[in-house]
Amino acid sequence: MNRGFSRTTGGKPLSSLNIRRQRAERRFRRIGLFGVGLALASVLFLLGTIFSSGYSAFWRLHFAVDIDFDPVLMNVSSDPSLEELRDVNYLSLFRKNLERSYPEVKDRSERRKLAQMFSESVPDVLESLVISNPSLVGSKQRIWVLSSSSAEMIYKGAAPRDIEEKRRVLTDQQLTWLDQWHGENLTRTRFNFRFFTSGPSRSPELAGLGGAIVGSALTLLVTLLISFPMGVAAAIYLEEYAPKNRVSEIIEVNINNLAAVPSIIFGLLGLAVLLNVFGLPRGTPLVGGIVLSLMTLPTIIIASRAALKAVPPSIRDGALAMGASPMQTIFHHVLPLAMPGILTGSIIGLAQALGETAPLLMIGMFAFVADTPSGILDQASSLPVQIYLWAESSERGYVELTAAAIMIILVFLVFMNLLAVFLRKKFERRW
Amino acid sequence: MTIYLLAAILLVSLSGFYIGKNRASALVVGARIQSLPQYHGLRIALWCGLPALFLLGLWVVLEPFVIQSLVRNSLPPEFFNLSGDEAILAMMEISNLAQGIVGTQSGLPYAEQAASLLISMNQLSDYAMIVVVSVVSLSALVVAQSKVTADFPALESVEKAFNVFIFLSSAVAVLTTVAIVLSLLFESFKFFEQVPLHEFLFGLKWNPQIAIRADQGASTGAFGAVPVFSGTLLIAFVAILVAGPIGLASAVYFAEYANPRVRDVAKPTLELLAGIPTVVYGFFAALTVAPLVRELGLSLGLAVEARSALAAGIVMGIMIIPFISSLADDVITAVPQSLREGSYAMGATQSETIKYVIFPAALPGIVGAFLLAISRAIGETMIVAMAAGLNANLTANPLENVTTVTVQIVVALIGDQEFDDPKTLSAFALGLILFFMTLILNVFALMIVKRYREQYE
Repeated sequence: MNRGFSRTTGGKPLSSLNIRRQRAERRFRRIGLFGVGLALASVLFLLGTIFSSGYSAFWRLHFAVDIDFDPVLMNVSSDPSLEELRDVNYLSLFRKNLERSYPEVKDRSERRKLAQMFSESVPDVLESLVISNPSLVGSKQRIWVLSSSSAEMIYKGAAPRDIEEKRRVLTDQQLTWLDQWHGENLTRTRFNFRFFTSGPSRSPELAGLGGAIVGSALTLLVTLLISFPMGVAAAIYLEEYAPKNRVSEIIEVNINNLAAVPSIIFGLLGLAVLLNVFGLPRGTPLVGGIVLSLMTLPTIIIASRAALKAVPPSIRDGALAMGASPMQTIFHHVLPLAMPGILTGSIIGLAQALGETAPLLMIGMFAFVADTPSGILDQASSLPVQIYLWAESSERGYVELTAAAIMIILVFLVFMNLLAVFLRKKFERRW
Repeated sequence: MTIYLLAAILLVSLSGFYIGKNRASALVVGARIQSLPQYHGLRIALWCGLPALFLLGLWVVLEPFVIQSLVRNSLPPEFFNLSGDEAILAMMEISNLAQGIVGTQSGLPYAEQAASLLISMNQLSDYAMIVVVSVVSLSALVVAQSKVTADFPALESVEKAFNVFIFLSSAVAVLTTVAIVLSLLFESFKFFEQVPLHEFLFGLKWNPQIAIRADQGASTGAFGAVPVFSGTLLIAFVAILVAGPIGLASAVYFAEYANPRVRDVAKPTLELLAGIPTVVYGFFAALTVAPLVRELGLSLGLAVEARSALAAGIVMGIMIIPFISSLADDVITAVPQSLREGSYAMGATQSETIKYVIFPAALPGIVGAFLLAISRAIGETMIVAMAAGLNANLTANPLENVTTVTVQIVVALIGDQEFDDPKTLSAFALGLILFFMTLILNVFALMIVKRYREQYE
């Protein structure tokens, strides 16, 4: 580090020129440090923004409501059959119970505002409760149900509270209810399991990532199955077999160029060729996986070639001298030694594929898919596309969901990269 | 259906493997065997599997075309009097009827009959496929296993198949490039049939709205792509303005000043930025940076639009910092130590050495790094799709909103796609230009970097 002039002044007094030069030296060094600092600050700022706006999505606000499962209100006999219970209008059951609990709310629109404090899912919750336990009919229960997204935003402080009524997501009356319930211990927050299991929804408080995670996993599986064997095979050909001629050169130049083609172009390719020419089903993990594997292929090939190149020629010579065929040499001796490097490169390639959004949008993986896909031929969503769709929704409740989904995808990416680092550190051999 | 057939082929291959292996193992007792038993097994498995799989694939791809044209030929002459669109509708109705989807009955007299023909043909084709594929697979099994003898070179056959496989795998890269170019060209030609090339390249107005009904006049929209390109370049320019100095400064610091421990921590942290999905940057730009830029601008008395080019450019700049910093770091480290030592020996300070010796020496590499970063910025989609504007706006003011090539591709293809209308097709024309722009930048950059590397090796 102790290079150059700056530290070698000894005890001699400095001329004014040298003082200026020393200042310039320090200034230059500070500029470098400033650049690094600015870059690191933007990493921190970005991650900080995501975490601070996303962590709250892992908790959901619940309200307690007293529900009287009165057969008269439900319009059923006192010992109803399951059929009867299925036909009950649970929305009206819920509304009538609210009227009983809050008799002071008379005005029609006020009543609607009261009901809007709760999630739209409340009638479904009541239904499944009654169906699973018909003996509830005739009893009074205190039930914890999800709040509406707007009430939750105010409660968590994600939406501004101290502004005029018109611009706030809750009315003054609703705000009073919220405070009143909070004072009476009728509110609680619980871990948001639904976020990991359910699919997208039009109500933010019900939306989850389950379907997108499964869609991403299926897409990545297809990508892995196609790009890993083909990438390794191509690397073996180019590194071990390819004669030094025009064809090999063209292939090599092509791979380097493909690595730099914008991802959206791969999406156009998928749309024009896979969907329009081959007629593969739109928006499925199969098509998404094929497109992403074409995109990942160059990464895997380049990494695998580097790993193969690092295996010393003496290993090959030894195997060939013992009478192994070229293929046997590769499979029994070269590949096992190159595997850590190949796996590291492949995992990094797959991590890139996991975060890729644009090509999936092009091949139609943006539809609202409520069900969790069960195979590679089902319409599916994927994590980054879900993030995009949520980010584009105007409702405030989706902001924290988007940020939380980003946290999930970052966790997956960190995990994959750590795995790659671990493989490299653990199995890498140097000759 | 296809799935079961696939499973059956796999089953035949698997049994072929074991039959071959066992027969070859039995040979070992008596004689010296040319290939190991498992290669005999593998050879038979390949023979059972590959031809049958190829046939199956071909069948699945070609079947709809063949059947469709057969059904079409069976239709009565009045069908052929229909106009293009009506004919497509009629064929759709027939296939809907065949699939049991009832709804749009336009009352074509021959639809019922054609639908039942379609059904029976589909069935026939399915049966034929099962028979042909299984006959191919099984007869391959019989023929291949008869060749298991002590001196049969099974390993060589397997090796040949392997060689073909690895060659084809590496050829996929070439095929992909060819497919990209061809598909983009093909769709672009369709676009340029409707919109003249010079209008696309030099027109100043981009407004790809199309008439919903045919009688809404010839309002086919305007397809002058100049504002789209200028927007792309403006945002890329802002990005380079942000990433260039920061990336270069950190590269210099890492390469020349930082002690190894700082470098080991800070460099991977910085490279984290390269691993973050671009959709995350898009969210960051839309949620945080754009409002920040807007507020800052307003406090300075500047009118900043909500989706300003500046905000998108800044975030894109943050995204490409690690590209510039790690590429520049590489080229700076690659400058031979002797140049530095010569400079120090002449009494230059470290910063003087960097400025007057290392930079000029590393300049080609740094230019290459910048070109790669620009190409990256031009092709980036999600940040601009989430944070840049949708309306084409011919301006050089980064405070206004502009649109980019990638945004227009996304806009054209999300939603209804109709492959005969110029709005959808414009995406491919834009894609074609984008592909060649990035290709030229990359080839040029790689050339510079390569030549530079050779200079010091």
